[in-house]
Amino acid sequence: MTDTTAASHTAPGTTARGLVADDLEVGYGPTTVLDGLNLTLPAGAFTAIVGPNGCGKSTLVRTLARTLRPRRGAVLLDGRPLTAWRPKQLAQQLAFLPQDPVVPDGVTVRSLVARGRHPYHSPLRQWAPGDDEAVAHAMDVTGVTALADDPLAELSGGQRQRAWIAMTLAQDTPHVLLDEPTSFLDLAHQIDVLHVCRDMRDQGRTVVAVLHDLNQAARYADHLVVMHEGRVHAEGTPDAVLGGDAGARLVGDVFDLACEIATDPQSGTPMVVPLARA
Amino acid sequence: MTRGSRALVVLLGATALLVVVAVVSLFAGSKDTGLTDVLPVLAGGGDEYVQAVVDSRVARTALGALVGAALAASGVIVQGITRNPLGEPGLLGVTVGASAAVVTATAFFGFTGGGATVWVALPGAAVAVLAVVTLGRRSGSESVVPLVLAGAVLSAVLGAYIQAMVLARPDVFDSYRHWVVGSLAGADLQTLQAVAPAAIAGAVLALVLASSLDSLALGDELATSLGVRVPLVRGAGIAAATLLAAAATAAAGPVAFVGLAVPHVVRALVGTDHRWQLPVSFVLGAALLVAADVAGRVVARPGELMVGVVTAFVGAPFLLAAVRRGRVTT
Ligand SMILES: Nc1ncnc2c1ncn2[C@@H]1O[C@H](COP(=O)(O)OP(=O)(O)O)[C@@H](O)[C@H]1O
Ligand SMILES: [Mg+2]
Repeated sequence: MTDTTAASHTAPGTTARGLVADDLEVGYGPTTVLDGLNLTLPAGAFTAIVGPNGCGKSTLVRTLARTLRPRRGAVLLDGRPLTAWRPKQLAQQLAFLPQDPVVPDGVTVRSLVARGRHPYHSPLRQWAPGDDEAVAHAMDVTGVTALADDPLAELSGGQRQRAWIAMTLAQDTPHVLLDEPTSFLDLAHQIDVLHVCRDMRDQGRTVVAVLHDLNQAARYADHLVVMHEGRVHAEGTPDAVLGGDAGARLVGDVFDLACEIATDPQSGTPMVVPLARA
Repeated sequence: MTRGSRALVVLLGATALLVVVAVVSLFAGSKDTGLTDVLPVLAGGGDEYVQAVVDSRVARTALGALVGAALAASGVIVQGITRNPLGEPGLLGVTVGASAAVVTATAFFGFTGGGATVWVALPGAAVAVLAVVTLGRRSGSESVVPLVLAGAVLSAVLGAYIQAMVLARPDVFDSYRHWVVGSLAGADLQTLQAVAPAAIAGAVLALVLASSLDSLALGDELATSLGVRVPLVRGAGIAAATLLAAAATAAAGPVAFVGLAVPHVVRALVGTDHRWQLPVSFVLGAALLVAADVAGRVVARPGELMVGVVTAFVGAPFLLAAVRRGRVTT
């Protein structure tokens, strides 16, 4: 057991606090997407999951968020299989934002964010103490307080994404899973969301996000998980995974892209620069 | 003003409205009984004839409030679960189930309507909803389309059966045509006692589910990650909507438009939060139905207009107003 606020990485093999995928086989109908996947997500760190389209990133985070049941293997949270948790207790530990969440017609930002409080409600307690504070705080941190009474459907993409993230924050969980939180946002809003992810990490949360931009992943995440064809192809710190010639080879193998690895002039992290066409 | 305090104001306003229309309902009617006639009765005396009139008005007002509250809340739940703004209790088969049972009992078992209608209509509605849910269940599917389609199919089939019976049997036609419009004219305390348990059970179940229904509106995936047992909540929601609508239909016949229009009015007033929508729909639905019944008694003196006719006339502009405000949402 490690201290909740420490951003230390749990070494593989120790009794894992946090999320562990153990020999997962997951699929849809007859197709198998993940086959024998093992993964330990470092507690208290910001992990980015990257990989080409269709490699199973969403399938993995859905399984980690128990909205998809594995055919074999299990996801463990603090050493206990997700299926052994009571749904609401688990929802107080683990928040998940899917790739394309349903926007209910007419819902306002405040009403959406308030729905993140459901895990704290019970049949005889439809409002929980602390709801208002948690909702106000989540809206404040994500900068949507001024939009509280606006319908979600009338917001820009960036504002809407921040409202969704506010909902997962209101859930007040030590673990947060986000599936492509930056897709379809302009660059400034992408960076904005990545800063929110880092802030969550700084508050001691374990943050896992599926990202498309390798350079952003390398720059903002503590830990990279590179997926390829339903498996974890490589994982480690951004430097270890993407740095140097090995990084260029990995991008070639996984994304089928010829590139060289430069250094981000701001952060010093590896930066993938595709080669010009000959 | 925050959503919550605004909703509280709306709830109090609707309650005040309900009190006012309930009082008016005790005094006004197709029989001309003024303040001076009714007050002594309420004080426990007065003219015997007037006493009978007032007694029946008490039962009628209470039953009207129950029917309106139940239909409105049932509509809120059905529109929420099916994510369909045109949803109403009839979508689940409640109305056709009750109607088919009444028609069958009349045609084959010499049933003549009256107080016993409840015991025919309630099981009819329950069986129909079970059939719709069974036919519309597709394992692992997040879509509610199969459920809605099953409801449409059952409605078509039973509708055809009802039409055939009504055309073939004049005796069926006679009793059925009064029942099917929706009326509180025969309201008595026995009917109220018969349907109240189902309505109260449905209301309690609905209130207990409110926060879960809010999560369910975000889709099955998010609902699951918020700790909702999705199949359980959806099933319990359908059960609550059925209990409410079946109680209302058994008591007064299929009263049109309340289950469709009131939820839209409620959402325009208090937003999409079920924890507010449900209580407000109970009170506002009750107030609007009692008001419609009073109107039906007053405008057509010395006869009366059936409440189902009035709600159809009055409900349409309400719905239109909600649509034109651009607030038709689920
Ligand atoms: N709901 C689904 N039903 C059937 N197949 C699916 C479903 N979701 C994803 N898949 C398939 O699973 C594979 C992995 O998809 P996904 O996990 O969404 O990949 P990624 O998120 O990495 O783009 C793809 O081949 C995709 O077509
Ligand atoms: Mg995906």
